[in-house]
Amino acid sequence: MTNEFAVEMRDVVKQFITPEGGILAAVNHVTMQIKDGEFFSLLGPSGCGKTTSLRMIAGFELPTEGSILIHGKEMSQVPAFQRPVNTVFQQYALFPHMTVEQNIGFGLEMKGVSRSERSRRVSEALEMVRLPGMEMRRPKQLSGGQQQRIALARALINKPEVLLLDEPLGALDLKLRKEMQLELKTLQREVGITFIYVTHDQEEALTMSDRIAVMSKGVALQIGKPEEVYERPANKFVADFIGETNFIDGVVKEQDGSAVEVELAGTGTVCVESSRTFTNGQPVSVAVRPEKLRLNSEVQDGNNLTGRVEDVIYIGTDTHYGVRFAGGQKVRIREQNVNQGYHQLSNQGDEVTVSFTRNSPRILTD
Amino acid sequence: MLKFFRRKRSLQLFSLISPGGLWILLFFNLPLLIVLFISFVERGRAGSIKLPPVYTLENYRQLFNACSSQFSGPNCDPFLYISIFGHSARIALVVTFWCIALGYPLSYFISRQKQVWRDALMILVIIPFWTNFLVRTYALKEVLATEGLLNSFLMGVHLINQPLDLLFNEFAVNVGLIYGYLPFAILPMYASIEKFDYSLMEAASDLGAPPWRAFLRVMLPMTLPGVIAALVLVFVPVVGAFITPDIMGGGKIEMIGTLINRQFGVSRNWPFGSAMSLILMLMVLIGVTFYFRSSSEETRRAM
Repeated sequence: MTNEFAVEMRDVVKQFITPEGGILAAVNHVTMQIKDGEFFSLLGPSGCGKTTSLRMIAGFELPTEGSILIHGKEMSQVPAFQRPVNTVFQQYALFPHMTVEQNIGFGLEMKGVSRSERSRRVSEALEMVRLPGMEMRRPKQLSGGQQQRIALARALINKPEVLLLDEPLGALDLKLRKEMQLELKTLQREVGITFIYVTHDQEEALTMSDRIAVMSKGVALQIGKPEEVYERPANKFVADFIGETNFIDGVVKEQDGSAVEVELAGTGTVCVESSRTFTNGQPVSVAVRPEKLRLNSEVQDGNNLTGRVEDVIYIGTDTHYGVRFAGGQKVRIREQNVNQGYHQLSNQGDEVTVSFTRNSPRILTD
Repeated sequence: MLKFFRRKRSLQLFSLISPGGLWILLFFNLPLLIVLFISFVERGRAGSIKLPPVYTLENYRQLFNACSSQFSGPNCDPFLYISIFGHSARIALVVTFWCIALGYPLSYFISRQKQVWRDALMILVIIPFWTNFLVRTYALKEVLATEGLLNSFLMGVHLINQPLDLLFNEFAVNVGLIYGYLPFAILPMYASIEKFDYSLMEAASDLGAPPWRAFLRVMLPMTLPGVIAALVLVFVPVVGAFITPDIMGGGKIEMIGTLINRQFGVSRNWPFGSAMSLILMLMVLIGVTFYFRSSSEETRRAM
């Protein structure tokens, strides 16, 4: 039976006993479906349960409750060595006492593939990760980036149904990491294998993923495409964790269909589009990205609020302005520096207008 | 003065090395030379050596032909001493094997405990070192004796009707030596195993290795330096042991150590004792050199 989903987690719970004797639910009723051939990221801060989820798919941890299916087959109690998945570990976990060739050929050796066949496929795998001729090196003799590629080759040579990657770029410096991100993405398209990628770096997840699951405290808060997660965050945590967000607290004054009027104490009223229904008087947060705010360029049929510039930070591509409204709410505004030689729209202490359209913010309650 | 001292690096080194160096020279190298000398001369009538010295190779010849002596009777076995060497090597191998076979899982078990437990368990392993070796061996003798602890217990629960012969045989010697040298095996193996990165076992498992293959292919090779260190640390002293075989074997089990011990005691044959000591030393030296050559840098560090 072919299954549309490479991996399914159904209501999975993983509990650990803490050193103090309490019970910690590292993963708390997580359900997600990862499509075949997808680049899927588990994103969240440390301790959110993303690595535990990955380890349960790999078979290093068994779930306390729930089931894990790989291509439709129940796997939750199957030991790691019998699962059709391979892992690229955070610290690579290359075998230091073996050569690169023995490392990459390890999976094939376990399957009983002949020595000559193994050696042929190892050199192919080395070509694939662009490190040909490295067979006889030891892991210690390789740079971090090279070790990372060897770890990748060691996993991919087994043609796994799913490749699991546990923050594989975490140990690399920024420039190399950016290169490897693109390379991984290209490689994933070429081999067509489902990748499940664990990261705490939201930018990395946005860059590489087809879909992202944002996790916090053992719960998958939102699962969606990068643009969905960024543009339509399900709650304040997601909005805050992915990119930068201004939260302007207020109270719902009135709702007319999709148009919601929110009273911002001491500052004024804004009108925001939302598909959700609110009750009058409900406390909410108007969440709006800094790049969606305009400084001193009023938007017709939108929201225009007055405030005072508190700080100006020039960061090359953009200039950031911190503006405080009359009611004390503070927002950050990001203006791209498109004009040559003229970057600053206003100075500290200036009175300015902050404008945004009705559909750029989200109204979030939790 | 001090300034001058500091500037001269070689002088500084010399002053650091010389006390220990002098000690080794006086109390190790010099006696060794004396032993070498004695092994090439004829024995004296009342022990010691004949003076003035008469040089001979007889002591070494005697080792390979026990009947070369003028005192040997008609039932003399020419290979007696060679067989004692072989016997000692066999006991040492058996003891080393069991020390490693028992010590490895124990080291693994201890290394997997929480830090507090690890320390406590390692102290339990080390505590016997603080007790006199003789006392421990006599205590073990009491356990294995005909009316000892073990036999009394087994008889008490009616598992056996006759007490078992547990003492004064090779079994007892093996038990005594394993008991005495187990900590020497555990310490280096624990040091190796404790450093082992278990994520490598996960990686092996992830790549399709069942636990036993992951152990043989990853964990064992990576902890081998500790095992080899244990092997050397147990085999070398055990092959020359003489107190344990004497007490636990009741004089019935002959090992090189007991034989040499006797040459300097009742047999009063210093030259032959010296020759055997040197042969034993040479054998151990060759063995250890071989191991060091074949093993890696890590082994030497594990020692």
